[in-house]
Amino acid sequence: MARVLINLPARAKRGEVIEIKTLIAHPMETGYRVGPTGTAIPRDIINRFVCTYNGAEVFRAELFPAIAANPFIAFFTVATESGELAFSWTDDHGETQTEVRQITVE
Amino acid sequence: MDAGPQSASPTRRLILLAAAGFGLTSLAAPADATSAAMEEAIRALVGEAAINHGKVKLELPPIVENGNTVPLTVSVESPMTEADHVASIHVFNEKNPQPYVAAFYLEPRAGKAAVSARIRLADSQRVMAIARLGDGSFWSDSADVIVTLAACAEG
Amino acid sequence: MKAVVLAVVAAAAAATASEVAPEDRRSGYEFAAPETRAMQDDDTANPGILGVLQGETLWTTKVGAADRSCADCHGDARLSMKGVAARYPTFDPALARPIDLEQRINRCRIQYQGAEPLAWESADLLALTAFVAYQSRGLPIAVSRNAELRPSLDQGSELFHRREGQLNLSCSQCHDDNWGKRLAGSVIPQGHPTGYPVYRLEWQSLGSLQRRLRNCMIGVRAEPFEYGAPEAVALELYLMGRASGMLLETPAVRP
Repeated sequence: MARVLINLPARAKRGEVIEIKTLIAHPMETGYRVGPTGTAIPRDIINRFVCTYNGAEVFRAELFPAIAANPFIAFFTVATESGELAFSWTDDHGETQTEVRQITVE
Repeated sequence: MDAGPQSASPTRRLILLAAAGFGLTSLAAPADATSAAMEEAIRALVGEAAINHGKVKLELPPIVENGNTVPLTVSVESPMTEADHVASIHVFNEKNPQPYVAAFYLEPRAGKAAVSARIRLADSQRVMAIARLGDGSFWSDSADVIVTLAACAEG
Repeated sequence: MKAVVLAVVAAAAAATASEVAPEDRRSGYEFAAPETRAMQDDDTANPGILGVLQGETLWTTKVGAADRSCADCHGDARLSMKGVAARYPTFDPALARPIDLEQRINRCRIQYQGAEPLAWESADLLALTAFVAYQSRGLPIAVSRNAELRPSLDQGSELFHRREGQLNLSCSQCHDDNWGKRLAGSVIPQGHPTGYPVYRLEWQSLGSLQRRLRNCMIGVRAEPFEYGAPEAVALELYLMGRASGMLLETPAVRP
């Protein structure tokens, strides 16, 4: 389980556009670095990030080796209703890590 | 030192292109100076459609302190309604081993078409952001970035 | 190009080093680009904070033969660790020499937790060090200058001022005499350890002061100190003393 930092307001007004900032610990190995033995270190990155809001996808990103280590992604969404935002990161091995946060919309 | 966010202004682009040794032969459309891989990747996205300039603002520091982590923001002017919204934003680069940087997919309920990330740039180069709107049209912005290397590195 | 620049620096530098006047001292933060500073300023986006969060978890994790966590002895780190990192390196009476924070953490692990020491630059050691140092964020650096530390302080000063490596440069020539000027594309900072463990963009991870010093030594083509060597700690002690009164910024972000 990689360390994650998610920042979004706990409460928002209905219709308010909120900013969500996410950061996850991951080396994002490009596959182009040469190791001490002289062979390339294999690629190993997070290649997909999805945010759902009460189950509906509101944002998705495809990531490539050009994304820096410890990927930082910030985006916006409209606060439509109270509920749960889920954030999923999927890596090259197909493993997915999901974190959830609650939001109260009044 | 002008460290503000950069959007592509013709004069600046010319100066940087000349400085980067591209020569003054590509005075006309800067798109002529893109590398083959980047151009191919862009073609794969837009097909035969035209790429319009405008609406998109790509913000990158003009001089990068370390190419390993470069903050990037792409914002697109859009009301983000069903009728008029940004469906996706694609970022390409010119000199990394691969032309792709990231692709971001938005819904009208994004409210604001703006994304930020941190990217890697292997060398001084052009970065390009292309937005696809809900109506299928493409809009773009590009930025030329000078990448400096750390003076004291390991091994 | 770099060799030419360094040769010019070496030639231009006077034989006697001039220390940075106390009122002229500036943290590496002030020499970093605006976007690098912005990364440090925002706790919701500072990659070093990931390490601090990891350290927070480790703080309450029971380990070793004694099955004890840091918290079992030290309780809430926000209280017990406040000001601690600002005082390190400090004198360890049992070893009769100064030790730095990483060594202190490992001594606790061995002595009180019955656990193996954590490897230098391991994610866990960096995380714990970052978490402890974070509790001193905003506090002035205040290492002791007691008599028992004098031999190490003197050794550190000597190491800082002597030329070394194939490029035959001393720390002082860059960081006392030529700070603010450029080396290749980078601005030379004054070399104050105000934010360690630091998230260095070059490393794309947290790293210790000793790792940074090794980078500098390799940069002048000198044989770097082994991790934990007394010389390394003496140099750390000297640097922290040189930065006395400056505020800790851990986890800092630097290029």
